[in-house]
Amino acid sequence: MKATKKIKTIKDLNQTIQSYIQKRKSEKRPVLTVSAGTCGQARGSLKVIASLKKAISKEKLEDKVKIKVTGCHGFCEAEPNIIIQPQDIFYQKVKPKDTSDIASQTIIKNEIIDRLLFSDPISKKTVLKEDDISFYKKQKRILLGDNALIDPTDINDYLSIGGYSSLTKVLSKMAPEEVIEVMKKSGLRGRGGAGFPTGYKWEFTRKAKDTSKYIICNADEGDPGAYMDRSLLEGNPHRVLEGMIIGAYAVGAEEGYIYVRDEYPLAVKHISLAISQAEKMGLLGKKILGTDFNFRIHISKGAGAFVCGEETALIASVEGRVGEPRQRPPFPAMKGLWKKPTNINNVETLANIPLIVEKGADWFSKIGTKGSKGTKIFSLVGKINNTGLVEVPMGITLKEIIFDIGGGIPGEKEFKAVQTGGPSGGCLPKEKLGLPIDYEGLTEAGSIMGSGGMIVLDENTCMVDVAIYFLNFLRDESCGKCLSCREGTQRMWEIVKDISEGKGKEEDIQLLKELAQTTKDASLCGLGQTAANPVLSTLRYFRDEYMAHVRDKTCPAGVCKELITYLIIPDKCTGCLACIKVCPQEAISGELKKVHVLDQEKCIKCGACFEVCQFDAIKIE
Amino acid sequence: MDIQELKVKSFVTKYNKEKKALISILQNIQEEYNYLPQEALRIVSETLNIPLINIIGVATFYRAFSLEPRGKHLVTVCMGTACHVRGGPKILEEFERKLNIQAGETTKDKQFSLEIVACLGCCAIGPVVVVDGDYYAQTTIRKVGSILKKYMKIKKKNESN
Repeated sequence: MKATKKIKTIKDLNQTIQSYIQKRKSEKRPVLTVSAGTCGQARGSLKVIASLKKAISKEKLEDKVKIKVTGCHGFCEAEPNIIIQPQDIFYQKVKPKDTSDIASQTIIKNEIIDRLLFSDPISKKTVLKEDDISFYKKQKRILLGDNALIDPTDINDYLSIGGYSSLTKVLSKMAPEEVIEVMKKSGLRGRGGAGFPTGYKWEFTRKAKDTSKYIICNADEGDPGAYMDRSLLEGNPHRVLEGMIIGAYAVGAEEGYIYVRDEYPLAVKHISLAISQAEKMGLLGKKILGTDFNFRIHISKGAGAFVCGEETALIASVEGRVGEPRQRPPFPAMKGLWKKPTNINNVETLANIPLIVEKGADWFSKIGTKGSKGTKIFSLVGKINNTGLVEVPMGITLKEIIFDIGGGIPGEKEFKAVQTGGPSGGCLPKEKLGLPIDYEGLTEAGSIMGSGGMIVLDENTCMVDVAIYFLNFLRDESCGKCLSCREGTQRMWEIVKDISEGKGKEEDIQLLKELAQTTKDASLCGLGQTAANPVLSTLRYFRDEYMAHVRDKTCPAGVCKELITYLIIPDKCTGCLACIKVCPQEAISGELKKVHVLDQEKCIKCGACFEVCQFDAIKIE
Repeated sequence: MDIQELKVKSFVTKYNKEKKALISILQNIQEEYNYLPQEALRIVSETLNIPLINIIGVATFYRAFSLEPRGKHLVTVCMGTACHVRGGPKILEEFERKLNIQAGETTKDKQFSLEIVACLGCCAIGPVVVVDGDYYAQTTIRKVGSILKKYMKIKKKNESN
């Protein structure tokens, strides 16, 4: 990227944006787009990029094609993938050795390489273009779509898709109050979990009387199983910055913080780079674009505490203290960071702002349901065919997401439940698949929208084990300030753990319910108030499974270690020695081509033999 | 390990000796020394004029900080929900068996530290394991041994040099 020049007026920025838009339009060379978010990199995209560059130079195509490295496109299942324009060819699971064929066959001879095309689990067809994949068909990718278009490390690439034109619109034509009115009218609600209307939140901070105010971007995406904020920060950091700058203008803040998880190194890198580019261009700093508006942004890195996603705990952490929540009111809009009025918005919320400014409140409010407007990004993970980030209009049903977009459950297993909303959410069974997704609907069903985690569970998932998982997480992450949460999560975990080990009693279920209610009623912050949800929702919909553990001392899903045994099925065992080699306990014995024998005394139920057996000769009872 | 007073002080002055930067300063110290040496914390306490007990409070509250020296290689196993339902706990157990330590501990030869993380946000490719910043996707019990071997090799290579 060329050295960035400081832009001094709104007019100059508009001209610069136009020139980059033109430059993009006039690009006639084929463009090879490689996705390289954290997931892509974990699957080897950096090696693919390196070998692609070599292949291109070997064919002497350096000046004839353009390689673009982008963030995550959302379809994690197919990573690393390469999209070739103008034909729009979608190659998936590309390996470094494939790149020479891509250069010599597809680029030079315009031939399609069949082995790299995606085979759709729903239509059972081989698909050429990304748009034709069923995974994308029901999505509405107003936020994520741009990830595939831009190099996140280049501010000019963001300008070339019209980036920062919403900022010029706001600074040249709109008073802060007008911006707030647009947000109120749009119906945008906070995407971090609670769903508070963004426009009203901004208004509270705007109206608070004080000399200095702050805006914070909450990028402490702590819900296990949710990663849309990471994807936005990695793949389109300037959109988040633009939203934050507009927010600062609206609420009257001159200083802002992005509180981001330290567990997201690539997101930290890209957002830090974006800030320094925006500073150099004059989009952050003093007298931005020649106006009287001053604004600067600092990065504050979290250090691994889930509770810091709660806004008062987050503020304590930015101040350099232990991240314990405090009583509200006063709300941060009145007394926040250093006791000054502070507005806190989630990453995805802020990414929506430039779009609403550009396209208008009416455009936004036409998407979605009566109470929940716009789109929501969900991370569709767990026991699902098409894993990835899906962006859908509010009001779509769970069934559409899991079966039409997600392609159903792998291995023809039975769908059991879907867990939404992270540790504060709940598990919804098959009967709830028709539920249209919005803030209210999910809450009524006993779960929550949360930040958008959607973990699909199949018949091999034990619901008691899922409850233990979340309780273990919560007892670990409880900051310990409120006794009800500190002890409540611990005792609930102990009770459910006893149940999973076959030590449960029937009266435990009632005790659990009482404990859950107390934890909910007596805790200060969202963590404790919702800590019982995973237990209550699994009890509500999967009581039979709990009772099987309590009464029959069995785990129907075959998960809870104390209640299962691994057995070798003699008819299926081919005597291949594979399980003998992997068993860490030397619990399996036998000779080549003779049925193996498992010594139950020695078995520690690690599951290594089950994983390695290719003949389904190991069963769980 | 020698704690250089000047080094620690430079981290503090980098943030203009501001108390609000405590977490960032601790992150810098940990990057440098691999853990938070007591001596370094004393220096921070004196320079920032924050009681040592408050610094220890912060250092023990946040999961990312370690008060014990950690091994040369850091193995982090993701315990996120998606990794959990795909067998994450079994992967952790295999690491515990292979390294003969529990999560949160360091091997006697100081080569490996084993830690867990609540979620790395790579849920689609779970179970995920990260060793020294390298991501391993869709790990299985069988892969654990070969992942570890890679880093043991590095150790041997360095020794022979």
